[in-house]
Amino acid sequence: MIASVVLSTGLALMLVGFWGVVTHRNILRIIISLSLIGTGSHILIVAIGFVRGGTAPIIDRALPIAEAPLRAVDPIPSALVVTAIVIGLAVTAVLLAYAIRLYDTKRTLSINSFTESKW
Amino acid sequence: MQRILSAAVVILFAMIFASIAIGYSEQQALRPLAESYVKLVPHDLGAPNVVSGILLAFRAFDTLGEVTALFMAAVGVGMVLRGPGRAFSSDVGDEAGSPASEIVRTSAQILIPIMSIFAAYIILNGHISAGGGFQGGAIIASATLLFMLARPARPINVAFLSITESIAGVLFVLVGVAGLVFAGRFLDTRFLPVGEFGTLFSAGAIPVLSVLLGVKVGCELSVLVDRFRS
Repeated sequence: MIASVVLSTGLALMLVGFWGVVTHRNILRIIISLSLIGTGSHILIVAIGFVRGGTAPIIDRALPIAEAPLRAVDPIPSALVVTAIVIGLAVTAVLLAYAIRLYDTKRTLSINSFTESKW
Repeated sequence: MQRILSAAVVILFAMIFASIAIGYSEQQALRPLAESYVKLVPHDLGAPNVVSGILLAFRAFDTLGEVTALFMAAVGVGMVLRGPGRAFSSDVGDEAGSPASEIVRTSAQILIPIMSIFAAYIILNGHISAGGGFQGGAIIASATLLFMLARPARPINVAFLSITESIAGVLFVLVGVAGLVFAGRFLDTRFLPVGEFGTLFSAGAIPVLSVLLGVKVGCELSVLVDRFRS
């Protein structure tokens, strides 16, 4: 149940991002939409790792070592998402840098003015 | 016309996603690989936090590649933003000198030390509880960003940050080579004693890697944020 709710949230966030990418003309808004797609997919990956009745895979008083294989959620998606968040940040930084350069050349952030590479 | 087309694309995606969401059923038990990780990390590596164990031992090579990607992003942003034709920088040049408001400056004075301590805590306890190098490094970078907002005119020492970051990166690789020499595999953390389970000095070289990763990510992200300011 929880996994389905979180999974749907992630997918919905990705849809909002797709909608933003295809409808908005402002480059900054497109970058925000791309971040939304990234965040949605992170939520999706974490949701896939959920195991029914599971808790965080950290061994302590709440999760004794003997019960860990039965009650922990899948740690691999969590580890992958930590990686993905950092890479998403790096990608956003590069996108913003390009946005600044594009603004420098045309003094506008509307994607309609950048027609050189349009086919 | 274009709006209808966009709506059609998004609706098609929505249909695919809906079929995924409806057809999905929760996992009832761990998959074999995950189960072996959950058993192996506390048992062999002595780290209570399984996610940290995966990130810094079993898949530490991926982590190394990932900090390289982050470094590439910092270099890329520097290259893109440098050079002639920066009309944008002259625009904000005057504003950069104007001081931040009293509220921002005062709260920065209070928050930056607390954030630094919290970041150190998160990094050092990465193998025991939730946290780790990436998360702590991000908090360090947030503190740097707050400092930049509070003191827009004050430059930060980018050269120092770059050198610290490089040293942390080199030490990370050297720890990996030490694993190769003393434990038989690259980035094997078991060449240091495993120690008592759940204490600060335990889990072999995982805390060492965590600290190096935290320093590296913190410096890298701070440099990245500073690139956008200048």
